[in-house]
Amino acid sequence: MVEQRRFRVFRGTRQQGELKEYQVAAGEGMVVLDAVHAIQAEQAPDLAVRWNCKAGKCGSCSAEINGKPGLMCMTRISDYQAGETITVTPMKAFPVIKDLVTDVSWNYEVNKRIPAFQPRAPDAPDGTWRMYQYEVERPQEFRKCIECFLCQDVCHVLRAHGKHAEFMGPAFLVRAAVYEMHPLDEADRRSYLREAGGIGYCNITKCCTEVCPESITITDNAIIPLKERVVDANYDPLAALWRKLTG
Amino acid sequence: MAAADLRTYDYDVVVIGAGGAGLRAAIEASAQKANVALVCKSLLGKAHTVMAEGGAAAALGNVMGEDNWRVHFRDTMRGGKMHNNWRMAQIHAQEAPDRITELEAWGALFDRTPDGRINQRPFGGHTYSRLAHVGDRTGLEMIRVLQDRAVHSGLDVHMECTIVRLFVVGGRVAGALGYFRETGRFVLFRTGAVVLATGGIGKAWQITSNSWEYTGDGHALAYEAGAELIDMEFVQFHPTGMVWPPSVRGILVTEGVRGEGGVLKNAAGERFMFRYMPDMFKGDFAETEAEADAWVRGDRKQNRRPPELLTRDVVSKAITREIAEGRGTPHGGVFLDIASKQSPDYIKQKLPSMYHQFKELAHVDITKDAMEIGPTTHYMMGGVKVDAETQESTVPGLYAAGEVGGGMHGANRLGGNSLSDLLVFGRRAGLHAAARRVAPPSIPDAAVEATLREALAPFERDGENPFAVQSALQAVMQRNAGIIRDKSGLETALTELEKLKGRARKVGITGSREYNPGWHTAIDLRSLLVVSEATARAALERTESRGAHTRSDYPDSDERQAREQIVIKQEGDRMVVRRDVQPPLPADLMKLIKEGA
Repeated sequence: MVEQRRFRVFRGTRQQGELKEYQVAAGEGMVVLDAVHAIQAEQAPDLAVRWNCKAGKCGSCSAEINGKPGLMCMTRISDYQAGETITVTPMKAFPVIKDLVTDVSWNYEVNKRIPAFQPRAPDAPDGTWRMYQYEVERPQEFRKCIECFLCQDVCHVLRAHGKHAEFMGPAFLVRAAVYEMHPLDEADRRSYLREAGGIGYCNITKCCTEVCPESITITDNAIIPLKERVVDANYDPLAALWRKLTG
Repeated sequence: MAAADLRTYDYDVVVIGAGGAGLRAAIEASAQKANVALVCKSLLGKAHTVMAEGGAAAALGNVMGEDNWRVHFRDTMRGGKMHNNWRMAQIHAQEAPDRITELEAWGALFDRTPDGRINQRPFGGHTYSRLAHVGDRTGLEMIRVLQDRAVHSGLDVHMECTIVRLFVVGGRVAGALGYFRETGRFVLFRTGAVVLATGGIGKAWQITSNSWEYTGDGHALAYEAGAELIDMEFVQFHPTGMVWPPSVRGILVTEGVRGEGGVLKNAAGERFMFRYMPDMFKGDFAETEAEADAWVRGDRKQNRRPPELLTRDVVSKAITREIAEGRGTPHGGVFLDIASKQSPDYIKQKLPSMYHQFKELAHVDITKDAMEIGPTTHYMMGGVKVDAETQESTVPGLYAAGEVGGGMHGANRLGGNSLSDLLVFGRRAGLHAAARRVAPPSIPDAAVEATLREALAPFERDGENPFAVQSALQAVMQRNAGIIRDKSGLETALTELEKLKGRARKVGITGSREYNPGWHTAIDLRSLLVVSEATARAALERTESRGAHTRSDYPDSDERQAREQIVIKQEGDRMVVRRDVQPPLPADLMKLIKEGA
């Protein structure tokens, strides 16, 4: 069962570009990434796209499909109406390198600045630790992150306001949460999160949670608990009283 | 010309590839105070390790206290059909537990036993529950832990950079030349030590669980640098890849499904694996469904493992035969059923990504219905011949670790032994590359110029589309060098590959050098052709069936060839094949294998 489908794909660079139209023969079960590959193999060998696993596990093929951020490998063509044109554009929150490939290097710089994991001394003489399943499940949720950066793409602090220099973004709040909620970790990241990390910029619109292909409850489980920790650390009752008295 | 925009770096150690082995090597070399570059073809954290699902094998003995390195060693050798480099198998079994514990010290969050230790699951070919795991996303956990450790180690990461040539001057490594995908600009790394950690060659087949990166670059770079390749006939076809819909054909379905109790059935509903018990494993596996089911339910002292947990080579061949004899499913696979064996909650907890993958990509709910699966190209046992202790190849200064290295897994790799292999031998390669670092010999300009000219040549031609040549090569290998091989098929493969070499020399590229996948594919073709030819030649030379290498014209194993190794080496422009005999096992290890641990 093969039908002809119409695609429009962004072709161009940071400076200039346009949506180009392609026809693709779409077979059963085909995903958007398959269509992009078919265009690349038969019509436009220089069409730039990132991909690796083709199974939603590596987070390489992030793009915007009809304006909605998603993984091309997990978006089925049959989810769109017959006759509907499918438009594929690069993530908007990052500079375009070429076609569907964006410059995501900023994300790696942000990750590098998060204070590293610091375990407590081992629990047993053989150098091992004891942790229980109920303790590890919380940070394990955040470890499902595949670094697709779709949450960064959709976050209005980055996407609309371009606060990349001041705000680490939901993806790296999730990363910080892995270590902050790790049963063995002893490092304190609260001042980092408040200052360089800019956690205050998040105003909990939950767009990141909605777009996460791994269904990580980013806002409720990672960001809000981190915000609470940061507030607790910086709450000074005397200063609060002074502010109240002086108005 | 192109040299004008050549960037040059100097490093003590350059690690090529940033999966588990490359990351672990780079971390270790950095810990030895070496100045280290980690170069990877994709973004950091996207390497194949991220897709590993089931777990990392290490005889921690947390779940079954009887386990120890001797049992793990014995399982590995028997699984490899006694063809393994025994010393590598021994080092691996002895050091894997420390490498896993170390990951925990670096932040890994493995699933736990009730008493708070690292949990371990059963897997094919392992006598005891041995795989440290995180649901079915163990590789993701490992790569993230290593990635975060690496970026805090003070090393340089060069992402989306493909190496196209190693330079050997005066008989030792002098450097590596590559290009950045983003700009298409070239880069020269001057170094006396290169660690290859480039993974496998699975992109040479049509049905594969491997990504675009897996074009055998490290194998080809080493071969062209004069190193020897071994065991290239041993390609693992994983028994369970998706078969439907067509666009997902080949995507991996973890062996963890069977580890958690999943069973294989043919179209008639028969649980066929009971009929495929090899003599070597008779007595080790359940003989009735009742016994197998009791084992799955947790009664592991009184009962033996289900036959679905036989080694991958055995299961793949069984499935291939069921399909060939007309007992396959409508889409040409067999059924893998866990829905009738475990509760929906258990399945979602233990196999969340499989649940998600089938639901999204195939519209199948694995807690209710059986999956349709069939064999898929998965892993290269063969690779660069290395010294077991140091991972150094036959070219001084050139090291190889992980899938690109050869010897450890013999004729068939056990599931779970790859993730532990990456850690054990990645660390050793990084350690020795750093410890024995030397100032590199200088690279003649002419050699650099010639490499640049060759890399840019496709832009000068109005030739064939490189994707067409790549897809023709995959068809040749699928048809003639797949699970079941014979003399005439392999000879056909060699004839066809010769023609494809001619076509590859004439491919043309349109567009610029900036992020141009057509150009990248044209360059990767050279590696694919080397590894495909090496596989076909080695497979033709081995006139027996052993492990993952099955010859329909030589269906039996020939014990005289068990310890014989097919070695591939470049001489002039020719690929030369020879047979070496591996050193025998020491008496104590041989006794361990014969009598049990």
